[in-house]
Amino acid sequence: MTIIKRGFAALAAGALSTALAVPAFAEPVKFDFWFGLSGDLARVVDTLCKNFNDSQKDYEVVCTSQGNYDATLQNTIAAFRAGKQPTVVQVYDVGTATMMLSGAYKPADKLMEENGYKIDYSDYFPGIARYYATSKGEMLSFPFNSSTALMYWNKDAFAKIGKSEAPKTWEDVGADLKALKDAGYDCPMAINISANESWQLMEQFSALHNQPIATKNNGYDGLDARLEVNKTKFVQYVTDLKKWYDAGLIKIKSKDLGQDMVQAFATGTCQVILTSVGDHGTVGRTQKEGMNWDVAELPVYAGTERKNSLVGGASLWVLSGKSDAEYKGAAAFLNFIHDPKTALFWSTNTGYIPVTKSGFDFMKSNGFYDKAPYKGREVAIESLTASEPTEITRGVRLGNFTQIRAEFGTQMQAIFANKVSVQEGLDTLVKNGDAILERFQQTYPGKTLP
Amino acid sequence: MEKRVTFGRWTIGILFAVPQLILIFTFFYWPAGQAVYWSLTLQQPWGGGNIWVGLDNFRSILANADYWNSITASMIFAGISTGLAMVIALVLAALTDRQLAGSWLYRVVLIWPYGIAAPALALAFRFILAPEAGFMAVVNKVWPGFWDPGLDGADAMASIIIAFSWKYVGYNFIFFLAAFQAIPRSLIEAAAMDGSGVIRRFWDIQFPLITPTIFFLLVINITESFQDSFGIVDIMTAGGPANATNLMVYKIYSDGFKGLDYSGAAAQSIILMLLIIALTIVQFRFIERRVHYR
Repeated sequence: MTIIKRGFAALAAGALSTALAVPAFAEPVKFDFWFGLSGDLARVVDTLCKNFNDSQKDYEVVCTSQGNYDATLQNTIAAFRAGKQPTVVQVYDVGTATMMLSGAYKPADKLMEENGYKIDYSDYFPGIARYYATSKGEMLSFPFNSSTALMYWNKDAFAKIGKSEAPKTWEDVGADLKALKDAGYDCPMAINISANESWQLMEQFSALHNQPIATKNNGYDGLDARLEVNKTKFVQYVTDLKKWYDAGLIKIKSKDLGQDMVQAFATGTCQVILTSVGDHGTVGRTQKEGMNWDVAELPVYAGTERKNSLVGGASLWVLSGKSDAEYKGAAAFLNFIHDPKTALFWSTNTGYIPVTKSGFDFMKSNGFYDKAPYKGREVAIESLTASEPTEITRGVRLGNFTQIRAEFGTQMQAIFANKVSVQEGLDTLVKNGDAILERFQQTYPGKTLP
Repeated sequence: MEKRVTFGRWTIGILFAVPQLILIFTFFYWPAGQAVYWSLTLQQPWGGGNIWVGLDNFRSILANADYWNSITASMIFAGISTGLAMVIALVLAALTDRQLAGSWLYRVVLIWPYGIAAPALALAFRFILAPEAGFMAVVNKVWPGFWDPGLDGADAMASIIIAFSWKYVGYNFIFFLAAFQAIPRSLIEAAAMDGSGVIRRFWDIQFPLITPTIFFLLVINITESFQDSFGIVDIMTAGGPANATNLMVYKIYSDGFKGLDYSGAAAQSIILMLLIIALTIVQFRFIERRVHYR
């Protein structure tokens, strides 16, 4: 017993002396940043963090990838419940409603103000800012990696059918796909119908056509919002997609089947895809030698007054329960990311777009968009700013939206496999989605979205 | 005569049992208790407010058609994959036990699959069974539209069954081979001298003698098919198409972790646990009676 006791005493003394010895000079304040990107993109984030640490001496951000968006949110929740949360965390767009009700964050605009940073919030593109702002316009988190959906089209294939421009309406798309098929192209257009494609197929389509996904202005006005995609123009869209699929004009491409749609487009197998501007770099790097392609805004139905598309990607949240020193560091970090020069670095190395007008102007003045491989990415900004956001095109603010997206994938698969009709499938999507929303509302009784 | 170690005072016995009890409590009863508590409340993911709802979570799950669909899918998966994995392993082990030329090679090769982690093997099978790229692409060329796990639920179910069985053939093989080799050679040789053929010897001598192993593997395979299938489903089908492969364990993961519905997932875990307990009891009550222990 006495030996053990003596051992402990020695250990304690040792620990004490090292603790006393360290703060001889001012150490930078360390704080954690957790993010959900991996692979190539994670390396860019690491460089970004290094640039920040090199830019000043007072703070040191420790950046850790959690693998993907889902895992980042799960790990952050687990860490928060254990009192070991990071200071800054990247949360994907659909996690916004969950974050807003969590009571676990420090509003980003308040953080910046308290630490003496003046941010001009009108500098953010409105379509991006409003996704992450309260209904009163306060920015709770800062947009970080942002994207929107575009149509990628193969210029060589379209030249074969005498077209030099991308189709602007869905009516034209139908005719062009038919012409491509007749010209001998086996896969005129590729889509996928898993949970992920809810973003470009359901959410972006609805925004462009100013059609609601849910009541209460897509959930912005209350937790009692319910889905209504079974009675909007979306029904017509799914009907057309299914019709084109049955006619062999659209092929389903996914990783599980051997080739995802971005690969299918880049290798020249399929001539049209709808995907994020974030894939612009991937297509450029992996495309078939000498293939000519371009991007265009997503089509709309004839006679539609085009609205802004929705932002995708993630934003940075600052979590509650941290020290003032850590908050100072977090504020400096957010300010660094807000800088137009960082925007140029970030967008050059990823496919993501700048989130502020000043960042966009800075990149334009640097000639970023004038030459390949970045030429065409400005279309994403045009799409996002096609109109002033309406009550509906501000974004989607629904609880447990991940589960609703999963339900979207399930019902689309049932529709495409001819198990149910288009209307039946969408009715089930609404019914099951509403049950998810009701459950979310019950979990947060008496609470309202900020 | 008393052979057990006895203690003069019961307190010493307790003292020795305490570390064990603490471990069991920390790693088994505490999480299980927590799951039961969560299943009776509505948990806010970030904490800070839980509402007592009694059995509401169970009621809403059992009223959900998707949940019953997931139970059916799990049963089909468990039944077919256990059957496949055990029959194939039994045949292979019986053949290897016959000391054919090069049987040592089969022994080594057949044990490997079990050592491969589920996600890695799922990735491999995703390529092998991809309708447009892998082996099945050849079949699809001959017979267009024959294989389409992307939209055909039965094909998707078949692909996860194949992947899972492939892994457990290796596991079962080890046990079957050991059981065969524990049978005294003299028994087989005597039967051979009496003029009985290979098949007859198998059914009359070997099979009855390895029933304890068959029973053990049956219990393990069924239990594992409910729990170890997660990695395979996640990578190969993600529960689709249209929920065709949304097995119970995968639904718990996607509702709980992706959907942040901790209470619903906890309630589903409890149901799954009860189901496995019930299945195991059934197996011990009805099948074990047919087992001959030596």
